[in-house]
Amino acid sequence: MSLRIVVCVKYVPDATGDRQFTEDLTVNRDDVDGLLSELDEYAVEQALQIADEADDAEITVLTVGPEDAKDALRKALSMGADKAIHVEDDDLHGSDVMATSLVLAKAIEKAGYDLVITGMASTDGTMGVLPAILAERLGVPQVTLLSEVKVEDGVVTGRRDGDTASEQLQASLPALVSVTDQSGEARYPSFKGIMAAKKKPVESWDLEELEIESDEVGLEGSWTAVDSATQRPARTAGTIVKDEGEGGKSLAEFLAGQKFI
Amino acid sequence: MAEVLVYVDHVDGAVRKPTLELLTLARRIGEPVAVALGAGAEATAAVLAEHGAVKVLTADAPEFSDYLVVPKVDALQAAYDAVSPAAVLLPSSAENKEIGARLAVRIGSGIITDATDLEAGDEGPVATQAAFAASFSTKSRVSKGTPVITVKPNSAPVEAAPAAGTVEALAVTFGALATGTKVTSRTPRESTGRPELTEAAIVVSGGRGVNGAENFHIIEALADSLGAAVGASRAAVDAGWYPHSNQVGQTGKSVSPQLYIASGISGAIQHRAGMQTSKTIVAINKDAEAPIFDLVDYGVVGDLFAVVPQLTDEIKARKG
Repeated sequence: MSLRIVVCVKYVPDATGDRQFTEDLTVNRDDVDGLLSELDEYAVEQALQIADEADDAEITVLTVGPEDAKDALRKALSMGADKAIHVEDDDLHGSDVMATSLVLAKAIEKAGYDLVITGMASTDGTMGVLPAILAERLGVPQVTLLSEVKVEDGVVTGRRDGDTASEQLQASLPALVSVTDQSGEARYPSFKGIMAAKKKPVESWDLEELEIESDEVGLEGSWTAVDSATQRPARTAGTIVKDEGEGGKSLAEFLAGQKFI
Repeated sequence: MAEVLVYVDHVDGAVRKPTLELLTLARRIGEPVAVALGAGAEATAAVLAEHGAVKVLTADAPEFSDYLVVPKVDALQAAYDAVSPAAVLLPSSAENKEIGARLAVRIGSGIITDATDLEAGDEGPVATQAAFAASFSTKSRVSKGTPVITVKPNSAPVEAAPAAGTVEALAVTFGALATGTKVTSRTPRESTGRPELTEAAIVVSGGRGVNGAENFHIIEALADSLGAAVGASRAAVDAGWYPHSNQVGQTGKSVSPQLYIASGISGAIQHRAGMQTSKTIVAINKDAEAPIFDLVDYGVVGDLFAVVPQLTDEIKARKG
């Protein structure tokens, strides 16, 4: 029996670039290079490992985003995913996590799945709530924040390392899994993988195909609104001293002056 | 006055500090009604009442510990249905964000996470958040439904504000999804005796410059002299020198303590993302060009193996 895995990935502005907001207070995607969110690479990696262990598995990577977001899909395909779905629609611009998750959930259902895998958070919004929201929308168990994951005989097991305890989790498929950066180093695409990715199918879907009304998504349709975004003023230059034997003492003096000691 | 649901983080009845901070913020919006779940829930009432909870809704059932997240969502939803609050607030943590997010879907509301401040606005609560590695500060609102907002630790002072704190049992009916993800075993994290990283008032972190697991005791000694939590940069964690649970940064934990001391950390953007909202920032680094010095209130260019022990000794001497 074939195991159908859908991996949700996000195309994000490079964190090392000069990230800015545009006039409508959405993320400016034009001036900074985009890439597959690093935390999603771990999701792709775990999908590949799970597929390797399964008798017969197919990995579909899915993203919601502008034209450029295809680059994130290509990266995942070159790592070894089988096919890709790109949901693109002008009306999606400015969608928040609730709106985006609505689109993802509809697309996952349309694609068909036994297992959905995501990263633990995006590296731009960093909310970390999308996996739980998707599980709620899909009505399947959430097996989230895993540092180890295994799928066997229709059951997913994994380890979740929380603040106060480490938990072993278990759920039956269909299920949603999110993995952390501790789940295992993501592989680099090989030259062969990159060449093969060019021939792999990338489907494009729009809102109409997913039967989503445009007023349910986008800036206007979102569930949250950003009223202002202000660049933090550069910190006023602090005091910097060179240690010539008394560096620790001068630092203690500073801390005492600030009432930390 | 409108009621505001406050989800309580507690360990066997001991309320964690971020919940008390949250009560301070909740009072700006309305009357806090606290929801405490699991073993020891009723024992939370006294301290919650001292900090402004007019009512404490409690429930305990094996489902809360035997299954992941969803039973708590069912309970919070029962509280929501009972109270019809103006907002639902939760202290930000990985699990609480998941609980809040699922509740938001169910009640048709938007969610805002990791707020660093909260105020009443004409169209509902306005949340301040840090964006893009804290290089921006945004103000946002939930525009559909009842706002669900998670708030970062250290975002408000803990203030006494005695209120009734009447304890009421919350009736919870678990849905079909509640038993979807079974917790088959749980191993408590070994306590270091130090404060929890994300809620500590002072964090002392070590990075690549610490140069080995065997040297982290220098960082720990400084932390202990200040009653601080210990953090580590990704470089130090990836090298296996310190546990991942202590990692500060984009792929680790986000902290905003009163004081952050970075030792041997260059200050790459990924690290800055996790600590830039700290109130006072101090760094010790050999490299005068390290980007961390752009952020500091006080920096020492020098060898951490000389500066940190001297600082630790001086703190101990001053504290007597």
